[in-house]
Amino acid sequence: MERRGAPAVIDCDLHNVVPSVQALFPYLSDYWVDTIRETAFKGAPANFYPANMPTSARPDAAPPDGGPPGSDLATLRAQALDAWGAECGILNCAYAVESIHNPHAAEALARAVNDWQIAEWLDREPRLRASIVVPSHHPDLAAREIERVGGHPGFVQVFLPVRAPAPYGNRRYYPIYEAAVRHGLVVGLHAGGASKLPPTPAGWPSYYSEEWTGMAAIFQSQLLSLVSEGVFDQFPALRVALIEGGWTWLPALLWRFDKEWKGLRREIPWVRRPPSAYIREHVRLTLQPLDAPPDPAHLLQIIDQLGSDELLLFSTDYPHWHFDRPEEALPAGLPDDLRRKILHDNARAFYNLA
Amino acid sequence: MAQAVARERTAGRTAPAVIDCDIHVAPASAAALRAFLPERWRGYHERFGARGFTAGYPRVSPNAARHDAWPPTGGPPGSDLPFLREQLLDAWGIEYGILTPLLGATGGHLPEYEAALARAINDWQIAEWLDPEPRLRASIVVPFEAGDLAAAEIDRLAGDRRFVQVLLTVRTMEPLGRRKYWPLYEAAARHGLPVGIHFGGDGGNPLTGSGWPSFYLEDHCGMAQTFQSQIISFVYEGVFERFPALKIVLIEGGFAWLPPLLWRLDAAWRRQRDETPHLRRPPSEYVREHFWLTTQPMEEPSTPAQFQQLLDHLAMDDRLLFATDYPHWDFDAPDQALPARVAPDLTRRILAENARAFYGLE
Repeated sequence: MERRGAPAVIDCDLHNVVPSVQALFPYLSDYWVDTIRETAFKGAPANFYPANMPTSARPDAAPPDGGPPGSDLATLRAQALDAWGAECGILNCAYAVESIHNPHAAEALARAVNDWQIAEWLDREPRLRASIVVPSHHPDLAAREIERVGGHPGFVQVFLPVRAPAPYGNRRYYPIYEAAVRHGLVVGLHAGGASKLPPTPAGWPSYYSEEWTGMAAIFQSQLLSLVSEGVFDQFPALRVALIEGGWTWLPALLWRFDKEWKGLRREIPWVRRPPSAYIREHVRLTLQPLDAPPDPAHLLQIIDQLGSDELLLFSTDYPHWHFDRPEEALPAGLPDDLRRKILHDNARAFYNLA
Repeated sequence: MAQAVARERTAGRTAPAVIDCDIHVAPASAAALRAFLPERWRGYHERFGARGFTAGYPRVSPNAARHDAWPPTGGPPGSDLPFLREQLLDAWGIEYGILTPLLGATGGHLPEYEAALARAINDWQIAEWLDPEPRLRASIVVPFEAGDLAAAEIDRLAGDRRFVQVLLTVRTMEPLGRRKYWPLYEAAARHGLPVGIHFGGDGGNPLTGSGWPSFYLEDHCGMAQTFQSQIISFVYEGVFERFPALKIVLIEGGFAWLPPLLWRLDAAWRRQRDETPHLRRPPSEYVREHFWLTTQPMEEPSTPAQFQQLLDHLAMDDRLLFATDYPHWDFDAPDQALPARVAPDLTRRILAENARAFYGLE
């Protein structure tokens, strides 16, 4: 892609990867360092991104130091920030602390990951912003962690894995939303998560590909929950990003959801506008994976059906592999104005980036 | 009143033929199935019944039914043939109607009881509905969590061509592509019977991939996500490589979510296909070849032009089958469900001709 004179870019989904639990030792108390050493505890699992799955890492993403893709700042800087001329990139560290049952360990590791993000990413690269990793399965502890680091200017978002023990409209999560709103942070729901509940409403699938493909349906369930429970009525300033979940499914969901609301609104009287109005106001979606139709004209129709040119946020999802050439990262044939909004303006406004 | 309205709407013009692919019937009382149950299970049925269903919230109306669908004879909606004739078949000029009874033989809690209950429901369908009313067709209710017992029930009834499909519910214990369900598919394919998968059920898993939601609206609206999971499972488990003649019809799930699912399926498969070498074609090709969908509850795009775009994206005009979902509250009326701008020829196909060809209705 031609860089000179190219429009400004904000990349809303970059992955920084904790190479091993030992990398967190400088940020853990002696108690946890000793415990991890004595028990050979490995910390959170790689979870949703099996090594060697193409969607886990593009072929050239392995850093020269031998660490996992996404673990080395210099490589990420060159392949994601510099390659796109990005003025800003938002890190989403998918370290699955929610997989750890011991709440004290989960909280300690979340704190360590966030301090690691500050010291090794945010302090070293001014173009980067990051998402706060929280023990989302214990919302009170999650809120405490948001309070602890939410004032750091590098954090623009709270990271919540889209798979959770309960849908995110559930009131158990209100402490997280209160804290996020208080600090002006976006709540980012991201693909994956280690809730240990089945990832489909019909139980456990056999193949990773099924789990990966089915993730879009979980994002859909979360939107139904957030609106139906009245989260946006309770927290009018709340902003929610849906990250790495696709978005071409959104028009169909809005049609159905608005229709259901007309028929059943008596059950949720606090929802006073059509659900699509809440979603267009409070929710944004990252671009990759694109999940595009074979006919580019159909993709432009879907974009039109979104009913707003403010919903999409550019993302490469680096180092995950969704496209081979940079020009495939964006839908073809976008009007210039919309292209600029997707690449830059929408993210700048949504994340309040200076 | 509803039938008067229906007659008025269709008066003065030639109404197109209608085949209704989703009609719910129910026994007039708990005792009505008694005569069809073997001695071994009568006492159990009366003492415990099907113990699965436990709605955790108030639903929209009693039995989730239209308020005007309660028959004058006192039974629940869908329990009285003369009233169903008057309110549905005659009122809307329905040429054929396909029964999809949802009577609880589906949870997998006690397969032997559910097998007996399924047999009873099927024999009751023959005696109370198919024999007296030639416009009706039926679905074979099976204890689908036990594939071998389900296959035996299919074998027992497949010779009666008034049964036009096997009936499952979409919320299952395991994703429907998994091998425990294969004996059922083998039997259905062998007899040339489609497998209908209907909204609802109770396989014991949370309603979403992220736990239990709070409201009936989420259950009702969110069933589309369960249908998506099942399509993914059917494709990836290689069910259609194993059973190339198998036909699946998704009932009461809507269909606007299908095009984006096909795009996502194909995009993911292109990157990840190493994992599933038993798939020889892009997932969308299997889906377009093996799936049909009923229309209700029809998604309502913001404009008629967007509805046409949806049909273009789907490119399955010959796979959409009209359904009313009588007697439920979200009934789709034959003259109202499709946007007026849909071409008359396509309207005709969706309302009747696709179903006629699919189910072999002369």
